[in-house]
Amino acid sequence: MKLTLKIWRQRLPKEKGKFETYYIENVSRDMTFLEMMDSLNEKLIQEDKDPVAFDHDCREGICGCCSMVINGRPHGPGTEITTCQLNMKAFKDGDTIVVEPWRVKSFPVIKDLIVDRSAFEKIMAAGGFVNADVGSAPDANSIKIPKDKSDEAFDAAACIGCGACVAACKNSSAMLFVAAKVSQFALLPQGKTEGLKRAWDMVMKMDELGFGSCTNTGDCEAECPQGISLTHIARLNREFIRAGFHKAAAENK
Amino acid sequence: MTVLNSKIPDGPLSEKWTNHKNSLKLVSPANKKKLDIIMIGTGVAGAAAAASLGEMGYNVKVFCYQDSPRRAHSVAAQGGINAAKNYRNDNDSVYRLFYDMIKGGDFRAREANVYRDAEVSNAVIDQLVAQGVPFAREYGGDLTTRSFGGVQVSRTFYAQGQTGQQVLLGSYNALKRQEAKGTVKMYPRRQMLEIVKIDGKARGIVCRNLINGEIERYSAHAVVLASGGYGTIYFLSTLAVNSSGAAAYAAYKKGAFFANPSFIQIHPSCIPQLNDYQSKLTLMSESLRNDGRVWVPKGKGDKRHPNEISAEERDYYLERRYPAFGNLVPRDIASRAAKERCDAGFGVGETGYAVYLDFSDAIKAQGKKTIKNKYGNLFDLYNKITGEDPYTQPMKIYPAGHYTMGGLWVDYNLMTTVPGLYAIGEANFSDHGANRLGASSLMQGSCDGYFILPYTIGDYLADEINTGKISTDTTEFDLAEKEVKNKIDNLMSIKGNTSAHTFHKKLGKIMWDYCGMARNENGLLKGLEEVTKLEEEFYKDLKITGDTKTINQSLERALRLAASFEISRLLIRDALNRKESCGAHFREEYQTPEGEALRNDEDYSYVAVWEYTGDGKEPKLHKEQLVFENVKVTQRSYK
Repeated sequence: MKLTLKIWRQRLPKEKGKFETYYIENVSRDMTFLEMMDSLNEKLIQEDKDPVAFDHDCREGICGCCSMVINGRPHGPGTEITTCQLNMKAFKDGDTIVVEPWRVKSFPVIKDLIVDRSAFEKIMAAGGFVNADVGSAPDANSIKIPKDKSDEAFDAAACIGCGACVAACKNSSAMLFVAAKVSQFALLPQGKTEGLKRAWDMVMKMDELGFGSCTNTGDCEAECPQGISLTHIARLNREFIRAGFHKAAAENK
Repeated sequence: MTVLNSKIPDGPLSEKWTNHKNSLKLVSPANKKKLDIIMIGTGVAGAAAAASLGEMGYNVKVFCYQDSPRRAHSVAAQGGINAAKNYRNDNDSVYRLFYDMIKGGDFRAREANVYRDAEVSNAVIDQLVAQGVPFAREYGGDLTTRSFGGVQVSRTFYAQGQTGQQVLLGSYNALKRQEAKGTVKMYPRRQMLEIVKIDGKARGIVCRNLINGEIERYSAHAVVLASGGYGTIYFLSTLAVNSSGAAAYAAYKKGAFFANPSFIQIHPSCIPQLNDYQSKLTLMSESLRNDGRVWVPKGKGDKRHPNEISAEERDYYLERRYPAFGNLVPRDIASRAAKERCDAGFGVGETGYAVYLDFSDAIKAQGKKTIKNKYGNLFDLYNKITGEDPYTQPMKIYPAGHYTMGGLWVDYNLMTTVPGLYAIGEANFSDHGANRLGASSLMQGSCDGYFILPYTIGDYLADEINTGKISTDTTEFDLAEKEVKNKIDNLMSIKGNTSAHTFHKKLGKIMWDYCGMARNENGLLKGLEEVTKLEEEFYKDLKITGDTKTINQSLERALRLAASFEISRLLIRDALNRKESCGAHFREEYQTPEGEALRNDEDYSYVAVWEYTGDGKEPKLHKEQLVFENVKVTQRSYK
């Protein structure tokens, strides 16, 4: 296949970026999207140009490094996949493909297609854990958890933290990301004790970091590589509202 | 004269760890605050250790090359994590887990370390569940388990096919909690390039800030390497493409001995290479062999669709050769058996280098829903990559490089031969001998990180409470920084014609051809020659474009690759030295009439430990003799 690639190039966070156009030939349909990018970079190196920087690591859809918007969609065409799992079969000979980084104010561009997702790290540090000191745990089977609850917690916990949900959202909301963690722990007895505080603190941190509000459009769910469901957002909202009541009641005492 | 002191405690096997813990020095809570620890790597071992040490009150500085600790490659471990809980009442025990690992490792691991892992494994499961790790459960609410290769009990806890992700996120969450408390400080997007020693002790590191290219210095009272393995020497492997052994190798060059480098696990079930552009191979979890049956056609070169080949025309070669363990033989054995069938012309797929992993019988017996529940996400993953549906036709699989049993030599305290420098998880050599059993790497990483290192490191740090802050403004740091800068300048100034990516591919092919699943003296010598030749070419013809002041992934790769060449040569040297077959190390000259690995306990019942003696010089071999007091060393049999 021959392809035309319009790729966002930006050398430094503060510098202005722009789209560069590249023509690439001999693209095999068997390549993954990142392997196509590898071969473009080989070509750029031969032409004495700076290769396109992009985050990637496991190349099997689980590390969450990938952060490309391809033809307007985070992780490109296809459902429940990451960019590294995207196959070139999804494109046709002669196609023009536009490749951009996540376009999110809270994820500034570092270089080319690489963005700074440290805002997610800050949200997690605000409450994305269970307070379980090492060495103080009871026997694992002393905590019984119904299978359906445990399975649902797993579905939420499967989040890979890539940020596609935010990139897909017209408000740049991080609700699905926050909901996945809050919901995982809200479903499990281990996470109950500090459940309300967790929901409150994580949402507050998300707001503070400039992520937008959720207006239930559902683009996050549609683009999530792990297929994480909107029902987790509903659970987060419930937790958050309860946390608000508890807070108000405590302040009135 | 040997310089190795493994510090294995005296006393009966089952009391060694308890007695040892009681003899370790302690650091008081007030003094812990005065001590800094550097952690390199944030996989299961590194994240667990950093979180635990932070919780204890130490100041921990954590480094990783990714943008977040959650992306470390432990995240890709699929099948599960072992523990000797005996929840199935199938007569499992700490001793049995220990014995399975010793036997699975083909009697080339240390008894005391392996036993300790088995002993600590139960506490790991408790800890992970307390953290909210959503392991698979029975309808009654109890934890469920499954079986893995090389064992006859069901002791593997799992979270669908994403156990590594869930276990890693458990420790990542714990790490975040410590970050919030201020005991842990994260330094992501850093490439560790040099260990700094002062008065013989590890005192810090020099690393490159991958965002702005700054060379940075960090000091600490102890340095821990949790930097993983070096399986990417094969180029195509199940590892993340940026994983490498470069950090461990930097430690080797600073005086940490390297043990059993040639012990590399080739995992039997990976999606076969589809084309020449491919940048990595994807694992299909060993857990699939619980229900999947491995076969090839009985007829040579049978090109029919697998569903058209009747049961009588299929050779279920693992069940045929190993009736007692069947499809669940250890990985080294399953890999070699697949290679044997394919080399003999019975392989399937376009290249003839694949075998079938078939679920049709399991689906018939248990129903599609049950199979989907157990392996759904693995089936989806396979479908996404190959476009074939494993519910209706068998998977095609072939072995690929996966895990390195070899690594930095450590004593019972997990300290390397450099005082104050520790190695945990896959980065060390200690627990898997010549072959790792499935689901025991998450176990070992967690044991090291949560329950072993946090105790043993105190024994060293207890003597450091009066040291005070360590300055980075010393000649040792100056020198290390200069070395790093020179190295980078050298690579940037070659200005040849060939990219690091291309060199890496070439290295991978040499290593796979001459030092892969089967090895022989002539091939190894040829491989050594070719690696050396390629390395010379690398320093003459490497081309890196872009600059050093912004993200430069070609430079990052070239720095890793420079180490990979040297590791490859060390690996071949080790494989040449070991004139026996054991576990994953298969020397064609040494095999039984049935084609099984033929050990030579008389001459090779030792850990081969290599000391760096200078660039261009032969490394020096030390031997740690292995003593087996609690198991009878036998020819491994899974028949």
